[in-house]
Amino acid sequence: MKMDITFGQYVEGHSILHRLDPRAKLIIAILYVVAIFLASNVYSFALIVLSAVLITVLSGISPMIIGRGIKPVLILIVFTAVINIFFVRGEHLLVGFYFIRIYREGLVNAAFIVIRIVVLIVCTSLFLTYTTTPIALTDGLEQLLAPLAKIKIPVHEFSMMMTIALRFIPTLIEETEKIMNAQKARGADFSSGGLIKRAKALIPVLVPLFISAFRRAGDLATAMECRCYTGGKGRTRMNVLRAGVKDFVFVIGVIALGAGVVLLNKFAGGFRFGLY
Amino acid sequence: MNEIELKNVSFAYPGDETNPPVRALDNVSLEIEKGSFTAILGHNGSGKSTLARIMCMLDTPEYGSVIIDGRDMTADGITEKDVLDARRKVGMVFQNPDNQIVATIVEEDVAFGCENLGIPSAEIRRRVDEALETVGMTKYARHAPHKLSGGQKQRVAIAGVIAMRRECIIFDESTAMLDPMGRREVLETIDKLNEEGITVVLITHYMEEATRADRVYVLNDGRVLTSGTPSDVFSDPETLWNASLDVPQTTELLYKLRQRGLDVPLDVFDPEKCAKVIRDALKKKKTADGA
Ligand SMILES: Nc1ncnc2c1ncn2[C@@H]1O[C@H](COP(=O)(O)OP(=O)(O)OP(=O)(O)O)[C@@H](O)[C@H]1O
Ligand SMILES: [Mg+2]
Repeated sequence: MKMDITFGQYVEGHSILHRLDPRAKLIIAILYVVAIFLASNVYSFALIVLSAVLITVLSGISPMIIGRGIKPVLILIVFTAVINIFFVRGEHLLVGFYFIRIYREGLVNAAFIVIRIVVLIVCTSLFLTYTTTPIALTDGLEQLLAPLAKIKIPVHEFSMMMTIALRFIPTLIEETEKIMNAQKARGADFSSGGLIKRAKALIPVLVPLFISAFRRAGDLATAMECRCYTGGKGRTRMNVLRAGVKDFVFVIGVIALGAGVVLLNKFAGGFRFGLY
Repeated sequence: MNEIELKNVSFAYPGDETNPPVRALDNVSLEIEKGSFTAILGHNGSGKSTLARIMCMLDTPEYGSVIIDGRDMTADGITEKDVLDARRKVGMVFQNPDNQIVATIVEEDVAFGCENLGIPSAEIRRRVDEALETVGMTKYARHAPHKLSGGQKQRVAIAGVIAMRRECIIFDESTAMLDPMGRREVLETIDKLNEEGITVVLITHYMEEATRADRVYVLNDGRVLTSGTPSDVFSDPETLWNASLDVPQTTELLYKLRQRGLDVPLDVFDPEKCAKVIRDALKKKKTADGA
């Protein structure tokens, strides 16, 4: 199946999350990650999980799709869980069987770490990929970082590069397929043999692809020049991002979440998370 | 009043170690009147694209002058800003529809040129909607360009040029990579723009496309071979054939009939009309023979 990079993992929808300003979503995602890492006891973790459930519901995206997003990191999750369960030493020994020693602290740590990773992935992708198109994200990033242009960081140039990359990836994928088919028609074999043999078989695909990509780049530069492009200076935009009330509400909500986590860490007891 | 005027323009691509320099244009002069429809013909490598690049001021000629809207762009003291100003007047649509679309959403791409000019957002929005309407692509405003057909992509590119309110558009073989359907869409759009008063320069391989022009220039190896109205130029098929160019099929047919002694004009380009002309000529011949 071909994935459409232009829309990445974007899931079409009209939920409140979809309608948030991409700049707000970037800020929220960063603050949220901080909040996740601040959580250190059962209650604050519960708060984090609760907020993650709330965000999922608000996004209107089916848990099936979100589950698919976790799949690629499943091994990582299992691996860290196992390491924590078997190697963390604590005070409360639960199982002692030859060299296998499982402590309660290990189990708690494993649970917390798994929650951390899952919530981290689910929430950042809910804000940044499922409900935001890569192009909106690029726009948001450009406008958010615009002040950095004053200290000579080429923000506009980077965003232009991103936009052009997003624009041309589908075209180049299509072209790759065309070239591969043409080579197959001449008897090229891409699917058998060892790694080196396969890599070698790709050379006749990559060479024409690169040549054509450079020609395209030249053509595009000419076309942009023709359309009076002279860099970011003096440029206006048709679609200007406007932050609304809901954007502020969400940002304040995440800050409140962070504050809640800190308070719960301090004043509530229960199992603690930490490196033993 | 001329939109673009070239006077004795010569241009050469500089060579390198392996390639000698190429003289692409040699003493070319031409005039493109405001609001007119000009076609430029020529075989591969005859210098058409080079000519277009010079008219858009992407290249500057070695010798000769380029006058855009009454202003000599090759005179002394022309600044970067003057060039930009002139470029606002003359736009270009290229051959490959894929390589001139910058943004990932149709309307964003149409807006690109206006954004570069620093036009206020609301005004850009108005112009973009209007331009998409003109080329009949309003329905696709929020689509991804790579999913459009070739003809639709070219119309998006055209919308991008007209949203900048350009006085003149140069089409460099913009129909060459399209299927017949896409070609027709694009040609109809071009005709419409010309009717609305935009100066059109159509560079093409297809002789039939050139018959709609007010004036035709034929390039051969960097020189202007002939020029004039389509009737003038195509009335002399021998010259075009010698420059390894075709003439419209109707002209070729009429020319051959004429050599066989049938009294027909050469400058009828519409197939229907051509058929009628031949029918009339045959009738006349019959009555003459009968008498
Ligand atoms: N960038 C370049 N460097 C060197 N020589 C060039 C370059 N571009 C074109 N030429 C040469 O200049 C001459 C005119 O080229 P040009 O592209 O203007 O022709 P054209 O009429 O547009 O041809 P086509 O119908 O193939 O588009 C050709 O001989 C070509 O080989
Ligand atoms: Mg050309």
